[in-house]
Amino acid sequence: MTNDELKFVVSEWVAGVEFPENKQYLEVLFPAESLHKLAKLLKETSETDFDYLFCLSGVDYGKQFAVVYHLESTTLKHELVLKVKTDDRTNPNFDTVCGIWRTAEWFEREVFDLYGIKFNNHPDLRRLFLPEDWVGYPLRKDFKDELNIIER
Amino acid sequence: MEEVFQDVIIKNSDDYIINMGPQHPSTHGVLRFELCLKGEIVKYIIPHCGYIHRGIEKMCEKDTYQQIIHLTDRFDYLSAHINNEAVSIAVENALEVEVPERVKYIRTIIAELNRIASHQLWWCAFGMDLGALTTFFYGLRDRERILDIFEESFGSRLIHSVNCPGGLMYDIHPNFQQKIKDFIKYFRKVLPEYDQLLTDNVIFQVRSKGMGVMSKADAISYGVTGPCGRGSGFSCDVRKNHPYSAYSKVDFKEILFTEGDTFARYKVRIEEMWESMKILEQLVDNIPEGNYTAKMKPIIKLPVGEFFQRVETARGELGVFIVSDGNKTPLRVKFRTPNFSNLFIINKIASGNKIADLVAISGSLDLVIPDIDR
Repeated sequence: MTNDELKFVVSEWVAGVEFPENKQYLEVLFPAESLHKLAKLLKETSETDFDYLFCLSGVDYGKQFAVVYHLESTTLKHELVLKVKTDDRTNPNFDTVCGIWRTAEWFEREVFDLYGIKFNNHPDLRRLFLPEDWVGYPLRKDFKDELNIIER
Repeated sequence: MEEVFQDVIIKNSDDYIINMGPQHPSTHGVLRFELCLKGEIVKYIIPHCGYIHRGIEKMCEKDTYQQIIHLTDRFDYLSAHINNEAVSIAVENALEVEVPERVKYIRTIIAELNRIASHQLWWCAFGMDLGALTTFFYGLRDRERILDIFEESFGSRLIHSVNCPGGLMYDIHPNFQQKIKDFIKYFRKVLPEYDQLLTDNVIFQVRSKGMGVMSKADAISYGVTGPCGRGSGFSCDVRKNHPYSAYSKVDFKEILFTEGDTFARYKVRIEEMWESMKILEQLVDNIPEGNYTAKMKPIIKLPVGEFFQRVETARGELGVFIVSDGNKTPLRVKFRTPNFSNLFIINKIASGNKIADLVAISGSLDLVIPDIDR
């Protein structure tokens, strides 16, 4: 599918979609409540067939948290970037996609570990790298680095 | 919206649990497996990582783009050059800088040398995992020749940081091309020895064929790339699918096997060494004249935006995701490292086997632990 066709399909499926400027990929910014629905449709519809999630990253823009999903179809060779944002800094949460792409389970655990973003319905949401008793989420912009671990 | 997750581990209170690692030699680094055993059979495997987590992504947020290079070669240190290439190309594409052809050729040559060196080290360690000590000496003997080429041109052997945004730090040594030609001549002669020593060994074949079978659908869903994914028939070679540097100018084959077992993953890597030598032969005599770096400003500021670059390291697909707010340091750098995704399929493919086979299967995934933890 070309980018224009993908744009059309995605705006048919969910409401409130925006397409921010991105030189490399087609990027879709949409309300977080339709995340699971859109992801499932993109994976299971044979015309889109996004079966390969090659990157899942959390981003802290200062005021907002975002989770970015980089998708590719191994059969149809097209790519798409999904982005969801939240203003909630005390209890940010999104739906999990790890039932759709299995690799997301550990990517989401990493995002939870370093950003404190919770993923609803995740089967095993524990810290991945840091110890269980660690306080705080180091990749947040407002993380206080009192032990000078990172500042040099 | 409750989903039924298949292959999610269910623990029982009377499970017999032992730890493998974090100092176990066959995990090739500080990785801990929590194994649930029934006799000698492994019921499930929970990997615990983070023992070598250095917070490289956080450190990158404080560093300029030139400084990031010196952090990226420390996650997958066996394909250090290719990691640096990913960041360099991402920055160059964001700035819309066209690097000289000479740089692209040299980068591709070093990347392929790096890939051969990495596969050699994997081969010797894999043989040792299965009890064949001789492979270790054969592999290291040949790898030494590649490291000597690196040392002569760039001054260091493992992590030479010769790539930088814009091109290379230094030009190649006058002996560089001749040394590579000598190496290829030598390695074409000794690579069949690898087959005689290990591939054709009956004990080795019995222990690897049909072990740890990974289906193509699982490889895609778990994001298993590189030789592990290609051993299951998942065509994931970034060099072919999204060519960068000089890969669009060379003729090479993407190695695909469909068996998906330990032996298929082994064969992919052996065949890839032959393909890498083919790529080297096509490039080594044709390095164009010119400058070894593009003209770059001393302070690099990326335009506001998000940039992604995918490259193929010796272990799979590396993605670099840079979010820039226009400053000289990035707002966020995310590394999608190949081993991170390759590791977590281990419960799926190795549970139900014996502990000794777990060693063979995790060896065939070619894990480099700093690449998982970053």
